Amino acid sequence: MSAPSTGKPAPRLPLERPRKLYTLANPRKSLSLTIVTGLFALYCIVPMLWLVINATKSQQDFVSSFGLGFGGHFALWDNVAQVFTFQDGIFSRWLLNTVLYVVIGAVVSTFLAALGGYALAKHDFVGRRAFLLIVLGSISVPGIALAIPQFLLFAQLGITNTPWAVLIPSFINPFGLYLMWVFSDQAVPTGLIEAARIDGAGELRIFLRIAFPLLAPATVTVLLFSFVSIWNNYFLPLIMLKDPAWYPLTIGINQWNKLGSTAGNGELIQNLVITGSLLMIIPLIVAFLSLQRYWQSGLSMGAIKD
Amino acid sequence: MSRQLLTQRTSVSDVVADHQTFRKPKRRNVGLAFIAPFSVLFLFVFIVPIGYSAYISMFQNKLIGGKVFIWFDNYIKLFQDSQFYDGVIRVVLFTAIQVPIMLFSAIALALAIDSLRLHGSRFFRIIVFLPYAIPAIVSTLMWGFMLGIRYGLIGSLNKAAGTSFNPFAPETTMISIGVMVTWGFTGYNMLIFYAALRAVPRELYEAAAIDGATEFQIVRHIKLPALRSSLIVTIIFSIIGTFQLFNEPNILTTLVSNSGITSYYTPNMYAYSLAFTGSQQGYAAALALVMAVFTIAIAYAVQIKGMKNAFNK
Repeated sequence: MSAPSTGKPAPRLPLERPRKLYTLANPRKSLSLTIVTGLFALYCIVPMLWLVINATKSQQDFVSSFGLGFGGHFALWDNVAQVFTFQDGIFSRWLLNTVLYVVIGAVVSTFLAALGGYALAKHDFVGRRAFLLIVLGSISVPGIALAIPQFLLFAQLGITNTPWAVLIPSFINPFGLYLMWVFSDQAVPTGLIEAARIDGAGELRIFLRIAFPLLAPATVTVLLFSFVSIWNNYFLPLIMLKDPAWYPLTIGINQWNKLGSTAGNGELIQNLVITGSLLMIIPLIVAFLSLQRYWQSGLSMGAIKD
Repeated sequence: MSRQLLTQRTSVSDVVADHQTFRKPKRRNVGLAFIAPFSVLFLFVFIVPIGYSAYISMFQNKLIGGKVFIWFDNYIKLFQDSQFYDGVIRVVLFTAIQVPIMLFSAIALALAIDSLRLHGSRFFRIIVFLPYAIPAIVSTLMWGFMLGIRYGLIGSLNKAAGTSFNPFAPETTMISIGVMVTWGFTGYNMLIFYAALRAVPRELYEAAAIDGATEFQIVRHIKLPALRSSLIVTIIFSIIGTFQLFNEPNILTTLVSNSGITSYYTPNMYAYSLAFTGSQQGYAAALALVMAVFTIAIAYAVQIKGMKNAFNK
């Protein structure tokens, strides 16, 4: 597998250290390539550093000190406390709303995608191909083409300005269905399903007990990406919700930002906007870092099939 | 994980291969039942709204008389609307410049990481991907503050150097938005390319090395062709994304002043302002539908072109 290809057995001088063998599987590291890649990594990380640094500044320091330097005194904990108490602690309410939308939305959409994707891969029924084509086509429909009529329909049903208006659209994840279909096709052996049928297991039981556990890597991937897209959703809640009590964090933080920038008469609370932003992204970063193994393998499944 | 599953699959299907002859007697209804919950909701949040959109696009809200049926007048008006063209041209130009830069960077990064020649490649893979997890609202706030001349780094640099460079002047705002979007999505695309590269059998590289191929030749003749289908997918998704540009300019309007961002800066912003501040929902629906058809047509063209190239090879 890893046959040496570049290292030559050179005649060794007595004092020379044994030379490392460079192989295809373990080539020589390149410093210049690392530096070039490092420049791009710097572009990726500087804004996040900026956010962390500025979350530790008081409002006065934020306005007066250099962007990537620390301020006069370390105000991170003051800022965090203020974020949770400003406007009667509405930030906690927004956080709870976001968690509500994310948990229900991600769980329901992932389960529906798994059920549907499995059915498409392992069951034959009328209109299967047409269904798949329509769902895949729907991925390229711009969000706004849906959002305006969704808003008008929901308004007629009287569910705008309620959590349902944000939840119901998030239950459908066409790309998740696609990923689940691809994954079911590859990871659930048809023979296993047949064997369970012969043993007399019902179809729903076969799905829940046999197929669903085998779909775990894809499930974690779809769950995580729904988590991110719902957590980060801005446009849908922006048009659906008027009552600040139902806002998710994205809309709430922008509301605070507007408050600060209504020139002159507004109270400047950029320190709270920045600290709130930092608090908002921590759960996402933790989720991505801790679930790496799953989503990386899940994502590659989708990429290879294409 | 996936490899484990695949090996499991072969062994299990060997064992039960005999049962293959028993295949599906009358289980068609089960498949339909499994797909039903998704389908019903899909109908409710995708198909019905699109149909409804087409319906209201033929109406106009009049101050006196309420909704009036006007056939295709909204579409005719749209194709003569210079504000609509202003937005369309802006996002098309943005797409034509930003998408190639982003995808080229993503491919270069994927190749660099896959070459195994980086110190700390795992670290790079994660760092470059991480911006994808940051919501548009936070990334726009960060970049808006950082690039802004009032509180930001650019302000400090201007003060130090005595210059007056403004990233959010009307001529440069779009470039700044490009910097934000590229920041957010390069890592995601990089991971897709990286996954495709990892799927290339390593034996191919060994065989090429034995035949005396240089690293450059391996990239040119093995790795880049392996990226073709992922490239088509990423181009399509990027086009869909940039045509819908909304969050960044919408949030920037409250963050920086005199940035040149108008209510019709992008087609999505125009549709939004028509529908929700101008209460011209019929006109907004017509605009959104035209953009949807335009987007799907471009995505389809990219796919056809990509497949044709694959056949010619």
